Amino acid sequence: MRHLISINDLDREDITYILKRAEEFEDVARGERSLKILEGKILGNLFFEPSTRTRMSFEVAMKRLGGDVVNMTAQEASSIAKGETLADTVRVVSGYCDAIVIRHPLEGAARFAAENSSVPVINAGDGAGQHPTQTLLDLYTIKKECGKLDGITIALVGDLKYSRTIHSLIKALTLFETKIYLVSPDALALPDEMLEEIGGDVSRARLDEVIEEVDVLYVTRIQKERFPDEEEYRKVSGSYRITLNTIKNAKDSMIIMHPLPRVDEVDPAVDKTRHAKYFQQAFYGVPVRMAILSEVML
Amino acid sequence: MKELVVSKIKDGTVIDHINAGRAPLVLKILGIDVGTDLTVSMAMNVSSSKMGKKDIVKVEGMYISEEKLSKIALISPNATINLIRNYEIERKFKVNPPEVVEEVLKCPNPMCVSNAEREPVRSIFYVKIEENEVSARCHYCGRKIKDLANYIS
Repeated sequence: MRHLISINDLDREDITYILKRAEEFEDVARGERSLKILEGKILGNLFFEPSTRTRMSFEVAMKRLGGDVVNMTAQEASSIAKGETLADTVRVVSGYCDAIVIRHPLEGAARFAAENSSVPVINAGDGAGQHPTQTLLDLYTIKKECGKLDGITIALVGDLKYSRTIHSLIKALTLFETKIYLVSPDALALPDEMLEEIGGDVSRARLDEVIEEVDVLYVTRIQKERFPDEEEYRKVSGSYRITLNTIKNAKDSMIIMHPLPRVDEVDPAVDKTRHAKYFQQAFYGVPVRMAILSEVML
Repeated sequence: MKELVVSKIKDGTVIDHINAGRAPLVLKILGIDVGTDLTVSMAMNVSSSKMGKKDIVKVEGMYISEEKLSKIALISPNATINLIRNYEIERKFKVNPPEVVEEVLKCPNPMCVSNAEREPVRSIFYVKIEENEVSARCHYCGRKIKDLANYIS
């Protein structure tokens, strides 16, 4: 039985395979072709934390492939509110369906769920830990929009300290021949320990120094609650905001990505430029999740 | 003149070259606590030519399993074991840490599922030795810990 818990469980070959499979599903994801390979299969969505894009895109992916979905979204409405353990919940739900997608506030919850499940488990985010399907769709977006993964230069901008999306993405990018620039306020820099561990061509930089060079600008939200006072937050978040002026020296082919939701870190005026790919990126979540679902369920 | 700090034992296990101050933790790892019926002696901060200061633990009448003894390497990688039979050293060996330890270390990450109350979860750590330093990584959250003596559960 195959689970998808952490991007660290995958090697370059696994990732390349999933991205190739995703490409084969793209027309199905758009509704242009009918493919019912998961007919008769049921996916159990176990979301202990709120989610819009991840939960919906898993649901769409499953339904486009002919399968069905049962959801546990409102914690209050389930037996969790009565004090059932995660282990018991997973044991019960794995008896109802053919695979489980889980999002949980505790780190390692997805791995623990997999150990208690009789069906494959897919991690859709475990606290500050892993979110491997987001990483795979990020890699898919880069591959589709830049035409390659090897040889790209990427700047990761914003909260590099707490963002699970960033931590997973950096690890995956280092499996390919990529050049990574880390652009963040000091308070939100990638922890030194993590920087030492990842290896590869990774360095800290200022955005204005590298903007002309990058193929991908990956922007994340700077969260207000990470700062001791609002004034400091405003100062910092303003200087990491992507505007038409920030990207005026960028290559024509440079793409801007964002895991969404955005607050004000990307000026809406940027949406109309050829660089903006964040909505396309959100769509790519569907074929990538189709590839993952078909892989674990068939 | 040499002075005997702790008397010789007839049969049992002697754990020598324990890092100074760690003997109580060694007993904890071995599951020897105040309720034990065993004859146990412990010497702390004994002068040592190799280590400066060291601790020693002697457990009379019991041959501790190698699996249990290996856990001592987590907090004292230089410890040596002497299995004693009839006052003679029957076997002498160094401890080697196990690759995986269960239910020995506690993850310091409060958001780790291994710390969730009521869940039937066991603590699991993967042990690594780099440049003579022992570190361990949590199976669930991936947190890496060093100086493992601080995390014995």
